[in-house]
Amino acid sequence: MKRAAVPAFALSVLYGCAWHQQSALNPGGPQAAKIDTLWWSFFWLLGVIFIIVMTVLLLTLTGRRANMEREALEVTHKASPQTESQTRRIVTGATIITILILFVLIVASVGTGKAIADLGFKKNPLTIQVTGNQWWWEIQYINGDASQTLVTANEMHIPVGRPVQILGQSQDVIHSFWVPNLHGKRDLIPSRTTNEWIEADQPGAYRGQCAEFCGLQHAHMALWVIAEPEDRFDAWMRAQLQPAASPSTQETIRGQQVFLNNACVFCHQIRGTTAGGQNAPDLTHFGSRRGIAANTVPNTKGNLAGWIVDPQSMKPGNHMATIAVNSTDLQPLVDYLESLK
Amino acid sequence: MRIAASAIIITLLGLTGCQREKRDIRPSPADLAIYGDAAKESTLRPGGPVTPQPVVNNPYNASSYDISEGQRLFNWYNCSGCHANGGGGIGPPLIKKEWTYGGEPANIFDTIVKGRPNGMPSWGGRIPAYQIWQIVAYVRSMNGEQPTSATPTRADTIQTNPQNLVNRVSGQTK
Ligand code: HEC
Ligand code: HEC
Ligand SMILES: [Cu+2]
Repeated sequence: MKRAAVPAFALSVLYGCAWHQQSALNPGGPQAAKIDTLWWSFFWLLGVIFIIVMTVLLLTLTGRRANMEREALEVTHKASPQTESQTRRIVTGATIITILILFVLIVASVGTGKAIADLGFKKNPLTIQVTGNQWWWEIQYINGDASQTLVTANEMHIPVGRPVQILGQSQDVIHSFWVPNLHGKRDLIPSRTTNEWIEADQPGAYRGQCAEFCGLQHAHMALWVIAEPEDRFDAWMRAQLQPAASPSTQETIRGQQVFLNNACVFCHQIRGTTAGGQNAPDLTHFGSRRGIAANTVPNTKGNLAGWIVDPQSMKPGNHMATIAVNSTDLQPLVDYLESLK
Repeated sequence: MRIAASAIIITLLGLTGCQREKRDIRPSPADLAIYGDAAKESTLRPGGPVTPQPVVNNPYNASSYDISEGQRLFNWYNCSGCHANGGGGIGPPLIKKEWTYGGEPANIFDTIVKGRPNGMPSWGGRIPAYQIWQIVAYVRSMNGEQPTSATPTRADTIQTNPQNLVNRVSGQTK
């Protein structure tokens, strides 16, 4: 028994390392740090209590208290007055201690809840609207100037050290926005807007995931939050605001034609072309993204070809159309989409 | 005791007869075909009387999954932009008894593939056949021509046609 427990524990720790990019115990921002502190204080306090309770339980089961008669109970169903008053003292004391501890836990938890809901920052915030779709994320950078409003999907970049307001919405069912390294969960609810503030104080790539069951492909609905220094973020934003690069090689020119002559255009937008669909991820800078189909697989040419030919085997039930692209058209199409950096 | 046990067993056996609808999430390769002008239509004249056609069955008839997929595509492919939710706008209503180009599944399929002269665009050459059949199933369901067991009891949109409701209540299907 004990021998099995050691590797199991070691494994769970290792697991935590492998997934440090998606872990509430590896905070990348002030709110996650507060949640982390709360988690560990609960862990240690409750862990110590657990050990004390178990020790006392074992002692009572095995030890004999000299001044407490045990047999009497069984015969008369009544303890002697001496035992009665002693038991009462112990139970009352334990109850009071328990209530006090629970009270401390509630205060700590509510306090943390308040602190992370409003870190008091409203200075120069960035506003991002996140819209949940079955089964991908639309990410829109809100800007008073319409020409500076950016729409992308499944990958969000944020500047380090700057507060970000997440306005959550949903197109279909309830989803939940959850990037554990940055903050807790926030539901995205159809026909209303929810609000969450996040901030990263360390650069890094943090993986988020839908945290509210939303149908067949709920498990394959992930997003990346890339926190980077302000200047790199600005450069990224400038590049993303550009319309899609025009195809320059014969191959990619052909690929663009294939895209524009297929149903792709009804669902997908590529800014700078006639493809203006609003029902699926924007592909204007698809080649710059890390993953395909809400990060179900890494963004490589091979995976992309597999996705286009048979989206239903990679992500069964998803809403992308299965379109029979000619084998001679597939390579140019893939080259074109990957050239959209 | 024994009677109760056998009653339970018989009920359970009976339940095995119930079927859960099977979803064909992956369209069969045949249904991936993209039709151009070669739609199966025979001798329809625009506005003229509808000639009976060889019956072409909708592979997705009576499938609730495909009807709801059809409803989504009806919006995504912007049919709703011209036909609203079946009540009509720039295009004619799609909840009705008298169809200009026929209301059978094959007629609606042809209408979508080839387009119609007075402003209905052609979708052939782009949308794969399986999705057109899903849209056909949805258009038919708007007219109460899909089994009530496969259609929502309460539509997402306002019912524009009371007759539709009557059909639904009487369970009449075609
Ligand atoms: C019926 C609408 C529809 C059509 C038509 C369509 N797609 Fe998609 N596409 C989607 C949806 C929805 C997704 C998101 C799927 C998911 O992640 O669940 C998607 C995802 C993608 C992605 C991955 C995007 C990302 O950032 O993860 C690529 C690439 C793509 N489609 C390319 C194409 C190409 C090429 C065509 C034409 C051959 C096409 N699509 C046709 C709806 C469509
Ligand atoms: C640009 C507007 C427009 C769009 C988009 C459009 N339609 Fe139409 N539709 C029309 C018009 C106009 C007519 C009448 C054509 C005629 O009478 O010749 C029509 C006719 C039809 C008819 C035949 C009605 C009859 O009485 O026989 C059907 C069925 C139909 N549309 C279905 C669809 C579907 C399904 C879609 C989406 C894939 C769609 N339409 C998209 C404008 C549109
Ligand atoms: Cu989900």
